[in-house]
Parts: sequence; C-alpha cells; structure tokens
Amino acid sequence: MRKAFIDSLCTLASKDDRICLLTADLGYMALEPFEKRFPNRFLNVGVAEQNMIGVATGMAEAGLLPFAYSISTFAALRPFEFIRNGPVLHRLPVRIVGMGMGFEYGHAGPTHYGIEDVGALRTMPGLQIIIPADGAQTATALHATAGSGPVYYSLGKDDKASVPGLNGRFEVGKLQIVRPGSSKTALISMGSVSVEAAAASYELAQSYGIDTRMAVLSSFNPDPIEDTVNFLEGVTQVITVEAQTISGGLGAFVGSVIAMFGLACRLWPIAIRVSPDGTSGSQMDRWKKYGMDRASILQAVLGLQEPGMTSPDLAALGAVHQPLTSDLVSKKW
Amino acid sequence: MYEALRVNGLGDPDRDRFVLSKGHAALGLYATLSIAGFLSPADLATFCGENSLVGTHPEVGLPGIDFSTGSLGQGLSMACGAALAARMQRSERRVFCLLSDAECNEGSVWEAAMFAAHHKLGHLMAIVDVNGQQALGLTRDVLDQSNPAERWRAFGWRVEEVDGHSLDELRMAIQNQEDQFGKPTVVLARTVIGKGVYFMEQGDSITQSHIPPNPVNWHYLPMSDREFQLAIQALGNASREEAFIA
Repeated sequence: MRKAFIDSLCTLASKDDRICLLTADLGYMALEPFEKRFPNRFLNVGVAEQNMIGVATGMAEAGLLPFAYSISTFAALRPFEFIRNGPVLHRLPVRIVGMGMGFEYGHAGPTHYGIEDVGALRTMPGLQIIIPADGAQTATALHATAGSGPVYYSLGKDDKASVPGLNGRFEVGKLQIVRPGSSKTALISMGSVSVEAAAASYELAQSYGIDTRMAVLSSFNPDPIEDTVNFLEGVTQVITVEAQTISGGLGAFVGSVIAMFGLACRLWPIAIRVSPDGTSGSQMDRWKKYGMDRASILQAVLGLQEPGMTSPDLAALGAVHQPLTSDLVSKKW
Repeated sequence: MYEALRVNGLGDPDRDRFVLSKGHAALGLYATLSIAGFLSPADLATFCGENSLVGTHPEVGLPGIDFSTGSLGQGLSMACGAALAARMQRSERRVFCLLSDAECNEGSVWEAAMFAAHHKLGHLMAIVDVNGQQALGLTRDVLDQSNPAERWRAFGWRVEEVDGHSLDELRMAIQNQEDQFGKPTVVLARTVIGKGVYFMEQGDSITQSHIPPNPVNWHYLPMSDREFQLAIQALGNASREEAFIA
C-alpha cells in the first residue's frame, strides 16, 4: 500500500500543484519519489506531529492541499486535538496519512501498533476515514478522495498482498462485496488484515462447504450504513475482522447497524479486546496472538455453526479472542 | 493591532493573516473587528447569546476571523503554516499571531518556534502578552518562564520588548517587522491585567465582597453594573477608544 500511495500521490501532484507532502521525519525508502519530483512541495517538519498538523492547517487555509505523513499512532493520536481543532473544525482539506495499520510495526512493540487510529478519529464526523485493504484499493481511494475536505488514511506498508475479488474497487461511504456467498454466515473485514479474512473465507468454502458472504469496509464518515443493511439481508451471523481495538471501529459500527435496524443477525467481532502486553513480534505473530489470523477466523466461523452457539460468552468478550470451544456454547447472557 | 494589518477586503487571498492564539481574548478582537466594520453592532450584541457565532473564543465562521482558536498552544503552528504557504505562493502577505505568556507552557509552541526559525519565516510575527498571570496563579509560581527574551532568542527569533500598553511602542515594533533577514520576530509585550482600572489591577471586587482579592479574579469574574461604570470612568472617554484599538 505504501508504494501505491506514493505513486498515486505523485500522479495527483503532477496534475495539481496545490498538493504538498509533509512528514514528521518518517518515510525512509518510501517518500523519496515525491521528494525527488516535487522538491519544493516536500517538507520534513521534524519530529513534531502536533506542529505538522497545525502547519498543514495554515497551509490549507491559504488554498494548498497538504498531506501529512507519519506512523499511524504518531499521525493520529499524538496530534489528536490539533486534528480536531484544525482541519476538522475549519473544514479544510488536510490529508493525514497514518502508516502501519494494525500490527505492521509489530516488532517495534505496542508504541507502534496502529490499533486505535480508526476508532479514535471516527468520533469526528467531519473527518473522512479511509482504510484501504490492499495496494490497488489504496490507489483508487486516493484518487476518489482527492478533491474533498479533511481525510485520514489508515494505510499498511505491504504492497504485495491483495484481497481476491476486491480488484481495487473503492467508493466513499460504500461497502465492497468481495464474495457473494450463499450461506447465512457473513464476514466483513477492514484494513490489511482483510487478506486473512479472505483466506479464511476461501478455506471455508473449499474444505467445509460453507460459502460465506464477504465484504470489505474501507470508508467511514460517511458510514456505509445502507450498504451494510443490504449486505446483511438474510444473514444470521456476521463475523467482523479488524486489527483495531473493539470499542471504536468495524465491529462497533456493524453492531450499531444491527441494533438500529433491528436485524435478526448475531455479531461476533474479532478485534483487540485487551490492552497490549509488552511483547512484540511480526504482524502474523500478532494476528495469531489476537485471534485474527486465517486459522482463528476459520475457527470462529466454525464455532458459530454449532447448533447451540447463539450467545457468545461475556467473559470471553472481555478476554483475548479465543477460538470458540464447546464450553462456550450453551452459556447464556 | 488591526491598523497594522494589510487587509484589502476579506476575500483578498493576499491579505495579512491574524491568529489569536490566546483565543480567550476574543472579546477584544470582536471589538476591533466591529470598529473596523467587519462585525455589525447587531452581531456583536449576540456575544454569549444562544446559537451565536460570537462566543468567548473566536470562530472561523465569523467574518474577519482567519482561524478558530481556544485551545492554547495551537495558533503558532497554524500561523507557521500560513507563513510557509505565503512563501510557496509567492505572496507578500504577513502573518501575526498573538499568544499569552502562560500559553508558552505548551510544548507545541516551541515546536512551532523551532519550525519558524528553521524555515526563516521573516514575515511571521508572534506577539506574547506577558502579563505574568495564568489561570491559577502567577506564571513565575506555576511554571517559571523568567528571561523569555533569552528563550526566544535561543530558538532563533528576533526579540522586541515593549510596554504592551503603549500603542506607539507596539506600532513601532510591528512596523519594524518588515524584512528581518528571514528571522521571525517575537514582540514581548509587558502588560498588567486590568490596566487602568485600579480595582482590577489589584484583583479586587467592589460589589462582590464574598470574593477575596486575587490577581486572577478578573480573568473570570463578570462585572456588576456598578463595576462596569467604575471601570469606564477609570479608563475615561479619551483612553476608552484607544484601549479598544489596542
């Protein structure tokens, strides 16, 4: 996604001289193509994310179109209030780019996990949130949001992974269906962990004959409410998959849609339920630890197929997501 | 302040920009905008009314307000961006930013200060209202900032120190800002809260006797009618208009 981002930005910048790129001293082996082509529109502001967002606000007021880049926690959380009082309250077209969605900087430890950015920034309706699932969708999304107000992009680094069936499709406020599916079980995923959800979905069809319906959510504010209601028609259980904490992102959104529209559908949100401990590891290691690698997703879907599995266990909801076992089954709220 | 700005209409993209980073001084800004004709007396009369754009902090939705402020420590960064954009767009416009001394407790002010000096934003001026007072005490007791001039110089700024109540000194400092070899300028304007109104300078209340004297009282208290009358008398008609313009 990172290369797709910078290539697309260069393409856009070659046609629009308002576009500038600011970085808070990050983006080695990533941002150089822009810096080389547009040296007068590239600025390393130093390790000062609050100032970066303030500067971007001042530039946007003057008619420029600044992109502000850093690792997602530093781009989204450190200057949270600058984003709120700057681009959002002023309705200015500042673009904030958070790199390393989920656990892409897994070896760097919890300070570098991008697991709250979407949930935290989603609390501001005036800020579009774009969460591409792969490189091709990143490119489409960047072009689709080039002209509008403040935007936050939660991006991954990985340029190789691609979500089968997505084919780079993106529309603001829409859900992208990547697998029509005929079973009453559906999957909705968000961000780079979508490749795991897609792999689980494929495996379920191939080995278990469960043809899950699957969609990718990559846009909040506006939220894809109508698409989600339509997607869940006839679905009795939906599993959401996101490398974000449980309170703010995809699962919370789908849960609110189900409740608002009184849908007869059970939600099993796969997300991060506990505060990270001090351990670190690769992205895959982290996905496994937090129960969102393809095997864990598959287990969750299979668990939900069991006849008694109608009510997830409250204690399990408070713990790290665990593969569902029979002792979780007959328990009631 | 306002007479120093070059503003040929609010639609002019090359107008000077002003950021009231100490947004809680908005009432003074409203009065200035009103005298300059941007804010009608009717709009001004909605101050602190219901569903009003004229609240206690400035809002960009109002004509003449370039930036919404209210959270301390954010204005100088926006001013830096405005100044940087002016250079990128080859505009002659200048940028002024008014801060409070207590606001300089915020680390982000110094992020911006470093940025402005590094990028040689000579067309940016910060004015710090050095009144030595903050919300819960004297600045020297809360978080000491003795020698602010040395601090700003160490961050690469040109420093002017003036009596913040002297319009001539302020005017001169602002006019001197032109072409400062790429160094941003900070004007340290020494002021006294409630200047010219004896009971306010002392932090006393005349009619609200249950409130003990405290230098910060008039940062918060509403004036009673009697106190308002006394304040206006103390300022006198001649200095009243001048006080507004300042």
